[in-house]
Amino acid sequence: MSEAPDIALRCEGLHRFLGQGEGRVHVLRGVSFEARRGKVYAIVGPSGCGKSTLLYLLGLLDQPDQGDIWIGGQRMSASADSERTAARGEHIGFVFQFHFLMLEFTALENVMMPMRKLGRLPAPQMEARARQLLGEVGLADKAHRLCTQLSGGEQQRVAVARALANQPSILLADEPTGNLDATNSAIVFDLLTRLAREHNQAVILVTHNPEIAGKCDFRRPMRDGLFV
Amino acid sequence: MSPNIRIALRFLTAKKRSMLMSLACIVLGVGLFIVTQATTSGFEAYFIRTILGTDGAVRIQDKLQATMQSIEAGGYGSPFQIQIKNGRKYIEGIDYPVELEKTLRTFRNVAGVSEIIHGQATVRSSFKDDTVQVYGIYLEDHLKVSDLKNQIASGSLMTFRTAPDGALLGRDMATRLQLGIGDSFQLEANHQVRRFRVSAIYETGVADIDKVRLYLNMDQARSLLKRTTGASYLQVSLYDRDRADRDAPWMEEVLKHSVASWQERERTWLQVFKALRISTGITVSVFTLIAGLAMFNTLAMVVMEKTKDIAILRSMGYTRRDISRIFLWQAAIVLALGTAGGCLLGLGVTYGVSLMPLQIRGIFATNHFIVNYSLWHYVEAVATAVVMVMVASLIPSRRAARLEPGDIIRGTAQ
Repeated sequence: MSEAPDIALRCEGLHRFLGQGEGRVHVLRGVSFEARRGKVYAIVGPSGCGKSTLLYLLGLLDQPDQGDIWIGGQRMSASADSERTAARGEHIGFVFQFHFLMLEFTALENVMMPMRKLGRLPAPQMEARARQLLGEVGLADKAHRLCTQLSGGEQQRVAVARALANQPSILLADEPTGNLDATNSAIVFDLLTRLAREHNQAVILVTHNPEIAGKCDFRRPMRDGLFV
Repeated sequence: MSPNIRIALRFLTAKKRSMLMSLACIVLGVGLFIVTQATTSGFEAYFIRTILGTDGAVRIQDKLQATMQSIEAGGYGSPFQIQIKNGRKYIEGIDYPVELEKTLRTFRNVAGVSEIIHGQATVRSSFKDDTVQVYGIYLEDHLKVSDLKNQIASGSLMTFRTAPDGALLGRDMATRLQLGIGDSFQLEANHQVRRFRVSAIYETGVADIDKVRLYLNMDQARSLLKRTTGASYLQVSLYDRDRADRDAPWMEEVLKHSVASWQERERTWLQVFKALRISTGITVSVFTLIAGLAMFNTLAMVVMEKTKDIAILRSMGYTRRDISRIFLWQAAIVLALGTAGGCLLGLGVTYGVSLMPLQIRGIFATNHFIVNYSLWHYVEAVATAVVMVMVASLIPSRRAARLEPGDIIRGTAQ
């Protein structure tokens, strides 16, 4: 099936069970969704409705029990671990609530880490791009600081720069502002959406924050494992 | 530098104390392994040098004769008999040493041959009488098959060479009889008494030799022991001494005389040294084993602490193999530092031990520790450490590679 070129990601009929035995829960109950380049999508809903589970499935960090996922037109749900890993490196950037920076490394090294793995650019260009991204998130002067020497808001900005490092077509953000104060939340969200639009990337973010959700192009509320 | 190595290097700092403990165990394990192997093999090599320097690589003695048994082919009392080879009989001594020596020289590995006769005699000095073993030798031949030249403790071989009544006495014998260089003594054998003079005193370090063995020039020994022809045995030196046990059966087959290699003659002592070397190797390998366990423990802890980092690396496109390699690289880096340090420690301590005074007499003579510097000790020590540490590191690194990023992130987020 050929897809419209601006569709970065699509899923159909996703089911996911978590837990085992009597504690087994049907978290996703046949979710279908598509995301277009240059658009920002907010998935909202109460805790436990399956937002994050959906995001991890879309990011190929987890596998669905049923249903299909296409990234850039390529069916990924049934693919091998190595193919899903390669697709993550090339097409997907993640921003997590707890920023997940590698604390032994500087901000610059953290941003360069996905580029080093992908190996698309020579080392000097990698560094130049990492510096440019850190400049775009307002941290050019803190490039050589260890992540432990950055504030929470700064760490999340480094995480945004890192997510953009390989110029992915899809940016997935799980409560990217959930751990920040109002000012930093606004900075990080504006940064994320502005850069994604500039680079024609699809942004899917999970949030509890109605103000942030309201600023997105599309708002998709979820309940009991389904979009409502 | 590959991204995996870069990450491994930084992760090393996450558990500095545990990593340093693993490093120390590797250094100690490798170092002590090298030292113990250097000392045990040093004494073994010195023992081998001593026995080769006294009794040669190969000894040829006693003629072999096949013995036959006959069976009456047609039952009891039958005149028709079948001859069956029934074994071998040894006839003491060598009747034609010159012919045997000629044949021996056709073996490419033979470096020298010395004809020797020996017999028992009583030595009478002004102090006491004692029983000794007289060995008649051609000095020049014997110097080619032994280390006698370097075993001379006092006196001169030149005197022995030029004086027909010259004798070479072992140090223990000379001390017991209170004989010095130039002193005369009597030897009694076969109801005749002859007077000899001490030309030189030798010391092999082997007590059984230094106490009883007395060398005379061949003509004098033949006359004293009344053996005008033949030889008691031939002492042979080889270019490649380690081939002695493989050459001996061929020589025996060709010469029809019993042939004993040094490995066969000294089997008991050689087995003792081998057992000692293996047992000390096993004992000190415990350090390396502990290093492996410490590395396992440290990496297991690092994996537990770094699950978030593993998840984020996986989300960036790092494969399971990359994750496994990051942890294996950590083990490999500590291992490389540890083995390098261990080799230096081993080399330094081995040198230090070689300077330590230690007086040994009996199976050889030494006044200090004897060590053997061999590259193989270093190779064995490093190989043991590599196997133990890397095998121990495989389990945590594979566990890290198996972690599912989704599970980690979900677990952390909750």
